[in-house]
Amino acid sequence: MSFYIVQFLTGLASAASLFLVASGLSIIFGVTRIVNFAHGAFYMLGAYVAFTLTERLSGTLGFWGGIVGAALIVALIGVIVEMVLLRRIYRSPELFQLLATFGLTLMVEDLVVLIWGPDDLLGRRAPGLRGAIDFFGQAVPTYDILLIVLGPVVLGLLWLLFRRTRWGVLVRAATQDRDMVAALGVNQKWLFTSVFALGVFLAALGGALQIPRDAVNHTMDLRIIVDVFVVVVIGGLGSITGAFVAAVLVSELNAFGILIFPKISIILVFLVMAVVLVVRPWGLFGKPEAAARQTPGLSVRPWRPLSSNERLAFIGALIIAAALPLLGSNYALIVGAEIAIFVIFAASLHFLMSVGGLASFGHAAYFGLGTYGVAFLAKFLGLPMIVCLLIGPLLGLLGAMLFGWFAVQLSGVYFAMLTLAFAQIVWSIAFQWVEVTGGDNGILGVWPAAFVATPARFYWLALFVTALSVIVLRVLVFSPFGYSLRATRDSALRSEAIGLNSKRIQWTAFVIAGTFAGIAGALFAYLKGSVFPDNAGIALSVDSLVMVLLGGVETVSGAVIGAIVYKALSIWLVSYTELSKLVLGGMIVLIVVAFPKGIAGTFGNLVDSGRLPFFKRALPRASQAEGAE
Amino acid sequence: MSVAPTLLAVEDLTKSYGGVHAVRGVSFSVAAGEIVALIGPNGAGKSTCFDMLNGQKTPDRGRVRLLGEDITGRPPRAVWRLGVGRTFQITATFPTMTVRENVQVALVSYANKIFNVWRSTPDFERGEADRLLELVGVGGYAERPCGELAYGDLKRLELAIALANHPRLLLMDEPTAGMAPRERIELMRLTARIAREQSIGVLFTEHDMDVVFEHANRILVLNRGTLIAEGSPDDVRRDPQVRAIYLGEGLVYDARHREGAGA
Repeated sequence: MSFYIVQFLTGLASAASLFLVASGLSIIFGVTRIVNFAHGAFYMLGAYVAFTLTERLSGTLGFWGGIVGAALIVALIGVIVEMVLLRRIYRSPELFQLLATFGLTLMVEDLVVLIWGPDDLLGRRAPGLRGAIDFFGQAVPTYDILLIVLGPVVLGLLWLLFRRTRWGVLVRAATQDRDMVAALGVNQKWLFTSVFALGVFLAALGGALQIPRDAVNHTMDLRIIVDVFVVVVIGGLGSITGAFVAAVLVSELNAFGILIFPKISIILVFLVMAVVLVVRPWGLFGKPEAAARQTPGLSVRPWRPLSSNERLAFIGALIIAAALPLLGSNYALIVGAEIAIFVIFAASLHFLMSVGGLASFGHAAYFGLGTYGVAFLAKFLGLPMIVCLLIGPLLGLLGAMLFGWFAVQLSGVYFAMLTLAFAQIVWSIAFQWVEVTGGDNGILGVWPAAFVATPARFYWLALFVTALSVIVLRVLVFSPFGYSLRATRDSALRSEAIGLNSKRIQWTAFVIAGTFAGIAGALFAYLKGSVFPDNAGIALSVDSLVMVLLGGVETVSGAVIGAIVYKALSIWLVSYTELSKLVLGGMIVLIVVAFPKGIAGTFGNLVDSGRLPFFKRALPRASQAEGAE
Repeated sequence: MSVAPTLLAVEDLTKSYGGVHAVRGVSFSVAAGEIVALIGPNGAGKSTCFDMLNGQKTPDRGRVRLLGEDITGRPPRAVWRLGVGRTFQITATFPTMTVRENVQVALVSYANKIFNVWRSTPDFERGEADRLLELVGVGGYAERPCGELAYGDLKRLELAIALANHPRLLLMDEPTAGMAPRERIELMRLTARIAREQSIGVLFTEHDMDVVFEHANRILVLNRGTLIAEGSPDDVRRDPQVRAIYLGEGLVYDARHREGAGA
């Protein structure tokens, strides 16, 4: 019995950090309406800075001074980020805000390695709290007791701050109606900045407090952010009490899940989250969001099927691409095949995101499932390649059916957070279920059949499947289903009023997108000859988002162009620099701030302004289609 | 009109939010081809009433019947399939599509082709879409992005969308709000003509008494959630209670009406 009580206490101690980070995220969201993906990065920075400070400063005072000092320093960094970056994007669509803060996360990951090195760092134990308390024969670390007490204390302090100070009243007012608060003469800029500083302070404090318990490393940002998303989805975004209750719930589920179902502990949390979402989609303590406002920045340029000139251009490009084996080296062909595969991947996300308005932050899950689908069929059942390619993507389809059903119950940032959490679950299963997936070692030896064993032939296969997929997706965009999907994105109210079942339509779109991602994954498995958990990793999900964004999220064919440019660029970057994440993150931030329409969107604007007569159409001025199609 | 069959029958409709009774025991009916106005001061419960008719909100008590069939609590899309078209106080259209495509989506839904994945929507029942656009007077804008339309034309487009499923009943929430006086009269004349020709029942809420008294066959007056008067425009205009609560004693309408100045 006492063992279970100790396990319970361990869970409570873990909840403290989780609560600090989640409450910071909630506070920032409440006022600025930005879901700060970089919150995990600030948590990680808090831990690193605290590590350095506590190494330098001695004594009890030095240790605690180092912890608090680290949180303050990181909060200051947060202030700079808010003033330089976020102030420019408060009025941007949600997706862009999410991406910009994600770009920031990528940059921080490389910077941290640059400054502190890639190895795990073991921090100092807290002076005076090194021991353990005997609890019915079981040892409970003294430091854990401190953390257990700290959680409710911080909750109480935040309550006082928001209920008893003028600043707190302003923050609560801004949470309800920020325009009204601005109209009343409150300096919104500094209110936002101070709120962001508080949120980042809490995240960094959460990180700093972890150093006596856990090694500091450069992957802790993504680990915490997924847990935090699960916490805020369960607790309700914007509710601090909800963050506390959910942090305790999730930590306890983890603590006991490991004991009872060691292999599927992460699924336990997922199940609870699923139940909460079905019963209360806005979380246990959250409030239902008012009807979503029209996404600002939505293009008013209607989409058009290709004109005959554009069709010629497409066929021409395809012929040139098909001629690559005559000119290019084997290396160029392998790169070409990889780019082609990523065109499918990006186009599948584009269908969900641009047509359906559902920005998935975990699209790699279905790509990864496609790779594993092929690997299982090829290695365990020994099926021939053609069969594997046809059936393998079905694993992506099944995953999308399951996760998509829950995801489409939500929208906007909740949808983004939930899809990210799902992708992380797929990654964890691939990583942890070593007997089946080989864990980190992956599954090796997934080789293509003899008839496509040469680079040229594989390239042609990839190009063929890609061209087919892009055409099918395009036909879908202009089909009745594609229009119905766009209708649900444009106006939920009107869609329901003309008999469209939004959830079913969105779910179908999710499954279609997941299936095409699975097809991309299936080809990818044969291209690489092996399959790894990272095929479902966050980095890949972000890659797909950037490809769509770079091409132009408001266009029909932006994803294709974005994938080609981005993939070529990143392959080139990786071979030239060690700091690819830094460059990539910087690029994302730059696109969001300076270039939000993407390549195809900008191209379309050029056509409209009459500078590219070849793509000009004989239509009334206002309905000229985008030229980049 | 009284011989026409009852299209919509509402019995004892009731809804409260917390302790506030938004709508209490409201009963009325609308016949085919009849134009009925639902009026009342702000907060009288008009919108709540409306939202319960097409399933946007579920009533606490009471029944809504369409041609005898109980439709209480069914979702909006199911109510639409039974032939109820709706326009909104603040227009809801698809801003990234052209004007024609807006109607075509409704036609796709009406034809139950939502999950068709291979046909081309821009070619889908183009003729029927253009006919509807002509009918409401925005035929010339078919190729325009819907986001570029003037507000009055958006209201007309909404009407065309609402007509796409050959409705038996049109629910119009403040159809002329935000329009210029002349546009208001035109839109309501158009609506009345279509309703007469196709024998569609129309229920609308409206704050513009010129529009109400000129076009409604019958008027329902709502105050604090209850129906306080019902009858022909003349009856309602003379009703002392309605004057006291809503129309006021200034009698602007009467004065203008006698002068024959419509707007």
